[in-house]
Amino acid sequence: MKTKKSVPQRILAYIKGNPIVVILTIVCLIVGFNVENFFSWGNFNNLASNTAVRFLIALGVSGCLITKGTDLSAGRQVGLAACIAGVLLQRADYSGRMFPNMPEMNMWVVLLIVLIMGGCIGGINGLIISKLNVPPFIATLGTQTIVYGIALVFTDAQPIGGFQKSYTQFVNGKLFAVGNFPGFSFLLIIAMIFGFLFWFIYNKMTHGKYMYAIGGNEVAAEVSGVNTVASKILIYVTAGIMYALAGFLLAGKAGGATSALGNGYELEAIAGCTIGGVSTTGGIGTVSGILVGVLVFELLKIVLQFLGVNPYYNYIVQGLVIVVAVALDIRKYVAKK
Amino acid sequence: MSEFRLEMRGICKSFPGVKALDHAQLRLRPGTVHALMGENGAGKSTLMKCMFGIYKMDEGELYFEGKKVEIHDPMEALHMGIAMVHQELQPIPARTVGENIFLGRYPMKKLLGLIPTVDHKKMYDDTAELLKKVRMEFNPKQMLGELSVSQMQSVEIAKAVSANCKVLILDEPTSSLTHNEVEALFRIIEDLKADGVSIVYISHKMDEILRISDEVTIMRDGQYVGTWDAKGLTTDFIITKMVGRELTNLFPKRENVPGEVVFEVDNFTSINPKSFRNASFQLRKGEILGVGGLVGAQRTELMEGIFGIRSHSSGVIKYKGKELKINRPKDAIDQGIAMLTEDRRASGILGVLSIADNISVASLKQYLDYGFCINDKKVENLVQENVAKMNIKTPSSKTQIQSLSGGNQQKVLIGRWLANDPDVLILDEPTRGIDVGAKYEIYCIIADLAKQGKSIIMISSEMAELIGMSDRVMVMCDGKVTGFIDGKDASQENIMELATKFD
Repeated sequence: MKTKKSVPQRILAYIKGNPIVVILTIVCLIVGFNVENFFSWGNFNNLASNTAVRFLIALGVSGCLITKGTDLSAGRQVGLAACIAGVLLQRADYSGRMFPNMPEMNMWVVLLIVLIMGGCIGGINGLIISKLNVPPFIATLGTQTIVYGIALVFTDAQPIGGFQKSYTQFVNGKLFAVGNFPGFSFLLIIAMIFGFLFWFIYNKMTHGKYMYAIGGNEVAAEVSGVNTVASKILIYVTAGIMYALAGFLLAGKAGGATSALGNGYELEAIAGCTIGGVSTTGGIGTVSGILVGVLVFELLKIVLQFLGVNPYYNYIVQGLVIVVAVALDIRKYVAKK
Repeated sequence: MSEFRLEMRGICKSFPGVKALDHAQLRLRPGTVHALMGENGAGKSTLMKCMFGIYKMDEGELYFEGKKVEIHDPMEALHMGIAMVHQELQPIPARTVGENIFLGRYPMKKLLGLIPTVDHKKMYDDTAELLKKVRMEFNPKQMLGELSVSQMQSVEIAKAVSANCKVLILDEPTSSLTHNEVEALFRIIEDLKADGVSIVYISHKMDEILRISDEVTIMRDGQYVGTWDAKGLTTDFIITKMVGRELTNLFPKRENVPGEVVFEVDNFTSINPKSFRNASFQLRKGEILGVGGLVGAQRTELMEGIFGIRSHSSGVIKYKGKELKINRPKDAIDQGIAMLTEDRRASGILGVLSIADNISVASLKQYLDYGFCINDKKVENLVQENVAKMNIKTPSSKTQIQSLSGGNQQKVLIGRWLANDPDVLILDEPTRGIDVGAKYEIYCIIADLAKQGKSIIMISSEMAELIGMSDRVMVMCDGKVTGFIDGKDASQENIMELATKFD
C-alpha cells in the first residue's frame, strides 16, 4: 500500500505536517534580511547556547511526558543545582564567599556532586510516583516547592557570585576556533552529545522501548514483563541528572546564580516538548521533535529581541505559540477520524 | 412515507490506506430487529458510525423516514431519534446512573424563578422509571463504576430508550453478558420492537442472530453482500456469505498428544476472600486445558494470579517439579509462562505504538547487539515471520496496532508471546470479538502449538470452543474449581452443571 512520493510531494507533506516550523523559518528569513547582524556567528552562538541548555532540560522532562507523567520540579531543580555548584565553586579570594574557610574545590568533583544530587531528587520523585502511586502532577508539584525551599535555605536567598575562572571559562568556551572562525560554543557540543545519547536510548535500548510501552499502555507493558516501577524511577532519575547538568552549566554561563534561577523552566521545557510532537496522552515523542520544539521557542525570543519588542510581550507571544502550535499539531490526529 | 424507517445507499468511506466501506447499503423496517453481520473489518461498525454521525461518509445517501437527511454529529442523530450503544462502553464511572443517562440533557428548573439549575428530583424519578422499563432494578443514585459490565450496558440501553429513539444500534451488546443477562436483554429488545423501534443488531453469535432477528444483512470487505429474511437462514449459509468461501470445519483437527504432567497448581488462594480459593489443577505437556464457567467464576482472576498480575495469599505453583516464586508478570515470563490477557485494549495492545514495537516488547532482550543495542533488523525479521506465519493483515510493520482489526491485533499479541518460546501458554478468551475466519486461524495456531509440545490453558465462555478445542475441561464456579471433564465427554449440559455448582 506504500507509495513512493516524489521530492516536491514530500516537501509539501512536511510543510503540512509542521506548519509552525515553516512559519517560524519564514519569520526568521524576513527578520534576517531586514535587521543587521541577525545572520551572524555571534547571534548563532548565542542562540545555540541558549537552546542547548533548554534542550537538556527538555530531554530530561521528555521521558516523564512520554510515560504520561510530567515533572513540575524541573525548573527548581535546575535552580538548586546552580546554587550548589555556584557555592562550591566560589573563588578562595572572593570576599562574599559563603563558606570562607572551605578550600577551592575541583570543578569535576563539584559536577559529580551536583549530578548525584539531581539523581537523588529525581529518584525521590520516581519513588513517590511509582511506589506511592501519587499522580506525577501532584508529586512533582510537591517536590518543586520543597526543592525551592531547600535552595532558599541553602543560599539564604542571597545571590552567589565570584566563581573560579576555570569554571566560567570552561562553560563559556568555544571549540574548533580556527583563524577568523569563532568556533562552536561548548554548550552546543554538549547538547549535541546528549541529543545523540537520548536518541540512542529512546530508539535502540530496551529502556527506551519500555518507556514508550509504558506510555502506550502501562498495564499491558507490565503484563509483558516490563518492570514499570524500575523503568519509571530510572526515567525520573535521568531527568533529575539532566536538570542538575543544566543548572551547573547555566550558573557557569551566567557567572552567578540565585535561588530564583530556573523559575518556570519546567513549563518552557514541557511546552517545547509538546510543540515538538510529544503526545500528552503518552507513548509518542522523538528527540528531533523535542529539539525543534525548543528551538522554536528560543528563535522566537531572539526574533522579538532583534525587532526591539518590549520583553514583557515575550510571554504573550510565547503563550500564543504554545496554544497555536499544539492546536495545529493535534489536527493531525483529529482529522484521521 | 417509505416502507423503510431508514435507508443508507451507496455509502463509501476511506481511511488512509484502507477502503473501509465500498458502496455499502442498509434498509431498516420499523418494528424489526435487523442483524448486521460480517467478519471483523467488514465495515459494520464503520457503517454504523457513519449513520450515527461519528464518521463523515465520503459518498452515499441517508434517508430517514423517506426524507433525505445529512447527519453531521451524534447530537443530530440523537435528535432525529437514532441512538447507539457502543461496542466499547464509554460511561463516566464516578457519576451516578441518573447523571450518566441524562448527561448533556439534564432536566432543568428555575431556582427562585430565574436561576436555571438541574432538577435532580425529576432526573432521578425519570431514571427510576426508565430502569423499570428496561427491567432493571438498581438505585438511580448509585455510582456507575459500582455496577457490573452488564448493568452498565443496561444503563446505556436505558439512555437510548430515554431519547425516545426510533432506531437503536446495538454493537455487540452480549459480548460480556451472562446467559441470564442475555435473556433480559432480549426481553428489552422485544419490548422495544413492540413499540415500533427499528433495531440494528451487530453480533458474532449465530444462535442469537437466528433467534431474535427478522432480517439479516451481510457485509464483506466493506461491501454489501445481501439482505435476507432471517427465517430459514442457517448458520452455514451465513458463514459462507460472510467469509465468501465454504467453511467445512469450525475447528481444526488436533494432532497433539498430551504427555507427562509438567505444570501444577496446588491450593491456590487469592488475597481477596471473594475471589479464587483452594484451586488445584495439573497440566500436561502438549495438552489443551479448557477452562469453563460463568462470568464471575473467577477464572480470569485465577489465571492472572498464577501469572503474577494479581496477588495470592497461599498456594504453590510447580513447573517440572520445581516450585516457582511468582510475584509479578516478569517472574512468570522468566520461567517460560505466557499469558494472553482477556481485555485486548486494557491490558494487551500498546495502542499508539507500531506492530514492531508491540510484537517485540516482551522479548526485546533477544534482539540486542553487544548486550545493549537493539538490532532493528532482527525485530523486523520477527515481524515478517509472524506476518507470514499467522497471516497478519497490515500495511507495514510501522503501522499503529490500534488501526488493525481485532483479529489481527490478537495475532500480533500471540506473536508477542510466541517470540519468547514459552512452555506454558495461558490464553484468556483468545477469540473474543474476533470474526469467524480469524477465529479458525487462531484455533489452528493453538492446535499447532499443542502439537509442538506446549501446554495450553484456554479460558473460554463459548461452549462450542471449549468442547471443540480442549483435551480436558476444567470448570469453575464462584472462585472454586468444581470439576474436570474429559474433552471427548464434554457437553454443554455437564459443563453447565459444574458451572452452576454453587455451595
